[in-house]
Amino acid sequence: MKKLHQAENRKNKSISYAKWGYIFIAPFFIAYIIFTLIPQFLTIYNSFFETYRDGLTQVGPNFVGLENYKALFTPEAEGTIRILKYAANTMIMWIAGAVPQFLIAILLALFFTSTRLNIKGQGIFKTVIYMPNLIMAAAFSMLFYTLFSRVGPIQALLEQWGVIDNNFDFFSHTITVRGMIALMNFLMWFGNTTIVLMAGIMGIDQDLFEAAAIDGANSVQVFFRVTLPLLMPILVYCLITALIGGIQMYDVPQVLTNGRGEPNELSRTLVMYLNGYLRNKNYGMAGAISVIIFIITGILGGIVYKILSAQYKEGAAKHRERKGNVI
Amino acid sequence: MRMSENTASRIKLAILRVIVYAILIFLCVLCLFFFYLMIVNASRSNAELAKGFSLLPKGSFIDNLKNAWNDGSINIPRGMLNSLFIALSTAVLTTYFSALTAYGIHVYDFKGKKFVFTFIMAIMMIPAQVSALGFVQVMTKFNLLNNYIPLILPGIAAPVVFFYMKQYMESVLPLEIIDAARVDGSGEFRTFNTIVLPILKPAIAVQMIFSFVTSWNNYFIPALLLDKAEMKTVPIMIAQLRSADYSKFDMGKVYMFILLSILPVLIIYIILSKSIIKGVTSGSVKG
Repeated sequence: MKKLHQAENRKNKSISYAKWGYIFIAPFFIAYIIFTLIPQFLTIYNSFFETYRDGLTQVGPNFVGLENYKALFTPEAEGTIRILKYAANTMIMWIAGAVPQFLIAILLALFFTSTRLNIKGQGIFKTVIYMPNLIMAAAFSMLFYTLFSRVGPIQALLEQWGVIDNNFDFFSHTITVRGMIALMNFLMWFGNTTIVLMAGIMGIDQDLFEAAAIDGANSVQVFFRVTLPLLMPILVYCLITALIGGIQMYDVPQVLTNGRGEPNELSRTLVMYLNGYLRNKNYGMAGAISVIIFIITGILGGIVYKILSAQYKEGAAKHRERKGNVI
Repeated sequence: MRMSENTASRIKLAILRVIVYAILIFLCVLCLFFFYLMIVNASRSNAELAKGFSLLPKGSFIDNLKNAWNDGSINIPRGMLNSLFIALSTAVLTTYFSALTAYGIHVYDFKGKKFVFTFIMAIMMIPAQVSALGFVQVMTKFNLLNNYIPLILPGIAAPVVFFYMKQYMESVLPLEIIDAARVDGSGEFRTFNTIVLPILKPAIAVQMIFSFVTSWNNYFIPALLLDKAEMKTVPIMIAQLRSADYSKFDMGKVYMFILLSILPVLIIYIILSKSIIKGVTSGSVKG
């Protein structure tokens, strides 16, 4: 009797409730179409047109095909291809922050999950290392500028110690500017990565560690033979999402260098380049840069999607299994 | 023999522990150092700051606060109010509509449901910057520059929050409850608002915090849309501070501006750090 009732219910659901599904998801799609999809198409459309302001006169829009893309990759008089230079800047600064970010996050995740070490006060440690992740990047960057500026306290301290002399300026050397940006990115993200990787390690079947211990594996072997391979999907997920975040690097270098990308534009990032064209209303070039960033992040996002959906299906299967067991 | 081996390994473990704690404490100090300097310097007067580096707080905190709060060119209280309004509205809209969308897909069977889910997952990683150009054009056309609508309404379509809600529903929301509500004659929207939303409270709370913080910190898009002084948000004011003529500034006030700009998020974090940290992992991939 109950079964019959359920079957009837299910039938009802598929017949008369379907429209509610559409109604419930409608706001999402209306907002998405207005605020993202149409703008996305417009951006791509703009990239095929010459549109810019020359003083007070508006040039274009004139259809130019792929000329904007060609212009992006044409070397200038002194031989630099700007977009490649800025892409290289972005990647150098991202890598300089991401390498310590991931090495330290893996190390900390292992410390925190080790039953042998049995770290006390984990809550406090995690609270502190995650904190910079929530801080406004623009404010963090402004703070660094104030602290490291010519009249700032760090300069004064290092002069006092004799590390640097009076003429030294943190903002006129490539390595110190990039170093500050990398340090900020590192500080903002290593806590986040630590916490995600920790959850990954804790999700590994404990029996595997016990089996490895019984087989006499030392902790280095356990890490490379058990932990690391099983952690791989999460590690790759973290790496690629971090890389997508890195490509979007903007707030920190923009505020730190006041949008100038000093010195010699060696800390200017791709999105700062895009922002420059958006501000002086060269929509053709801005469109072309946007499309290039869109393609790169789209490919990387595709990989993330693959990992997520594989994990998701597995999770759903596990969940069904668990439910089945209970019943 | 066995005894000594045991003590040897115990000593090794003790040394290892000391090293591990040293690393952890070093990283914590590194994380707090710059913010500590910020707070200390926000309590020093301009003359004291000119003397250089110090780790000791002084007595000018209130003076600096008054000066920053009443500054003529950077109206920080107005900026904080603007940011607060935008961030709160975004947090409410994002979580409500993400839950609604996730519910639509979780509970109902309809044609194209699989495609819809795949589509939302696929667009999850595309950053806002790559459609910013068209976004500014559309908003200009609708006459929405210097308006908060373009900063709040897009929050309705938040794929990451949607995904979190969907996962949460799978673990806590039995379909039987909904059937029972239907039998009792509850309409679909009423069921969602009065029965489902309370069940989702923990997920909504966590995602409200994250969307609030993201919105509060957002700089790129608002900077493209807002140029009227009284409409500006906090990150725009901070960037403005950076581009101002520095030599004329009272440095104590500058540190106070920075402190004020991160204060609301710091307070939220100090109160809710436990659930925030828990929320970091549950949205992403699981082992």
